Amino acid sequence: MKARVTVTLKSGILDPQGKAIEGALKSLGVGGVASVRQGKVFDVEIEGADRAGAEAALKNAAEKLLANTMIENYRIEVTG
Amino acid sequence: MKSAVVVFPGINRERDMARALKLMSGREPAMVWHADHELPAGTDVVVIPGGFSYGDYLRCGAIAARAPIMDAVRRFAQNGGLVLAICNGFQIACEAGLLPGVLMRNAQLRFICRDVYLRVERSDTPFTRGYNAGQVIRVPIAHGEGNYIADGETVARLEGEGRVLFRYSSPDGIVDPNWNHNGAMNAIAGIINERGNVLGMMPHPENHVEAVMGRTDGRGLFAGLVDHFKLAA
Repeated sequence: MKARVTVTLKSGILDPQGKAIEGALKSLGVGGVASVRQGKVFDVEIEGADRAGAEAALKNAAEKLLANTMIENYRIEVTG
Repeated sequence: MKSAVVVFPGINRERDMARALKLMSGREPAMVWHADHELPAGTDVVVIPGGFSYGDYLRCGAIAARAPIMDAVRRFAQNGGLVLAICNGFQIACEAGLLPGVLMRNAQLRFICRDVYLRVERSDTPFTRGYNAGQVIRVPIAHGEGNYIADGETVARLEGEGRVLFRYSSPDGIVDPNWNHNGAMNAIAGIINERGNVLGMMPHPENHVEAVMGRTDGRGLFAGLVDHFKLAA
């Protein structure tokens, strides 16, 4: 099974990298961009076909390692 | 004083630290590999040194914080043992839950490698007894991610409980945004845990301990630790 874990900074946490990207887009003349926040995407292959088990394993992975829940949120999608 | 330096792949300040520990305590520290499960018996101080453990992959310190040896370090700290976590070590200690907060990308996005001034906030801890409260010391920093942040409640607790030991300042000890090189909240350069036996700091006191290095301002930290164990013995 394929799955994706997306990790994003919580709102209110400063994101200097996102700000730099936002500035670069502006200097490239890319219009209409109000703001940018940078995050991470993990594409994970899960063994077996147990959807609930996959979600539990990914939650465990996100809580234990993929995200620092003090500053980051995560979202799990099992894409099948 | 019996010290142990934890070594992770990608760490590069462990020999500077070992040299400083040997110089100041007269004893060679034990170098402990990340895959080990135990610290040497009788260890007084564990040092988590600086560098780029695991290439700073995922988040600085995130992977090292989950290495086998860290369970032993956590137990050691729970039993009251002193832990000194410098630079990447500070990042690892935060990721391992030994200290609150997190070290984010420097506010100006640049890696900063230079001497800075630190105001020592307290002298009544094992880590700072070699200094006077309010004293300003000059030591190097070398990091891209040293911008300390924590939620408002945590910072209020750190401040209220006097757990900020070092702050970036001017040479006269004035805390000012111009001297807060990485943008850390409240210009925080070093903090201790609630129990006061784990210190995390971004600057490198171990790099200013011999005249040949230009300054010896870092000696106070090590001399204080050595004194602490002499008195305890």
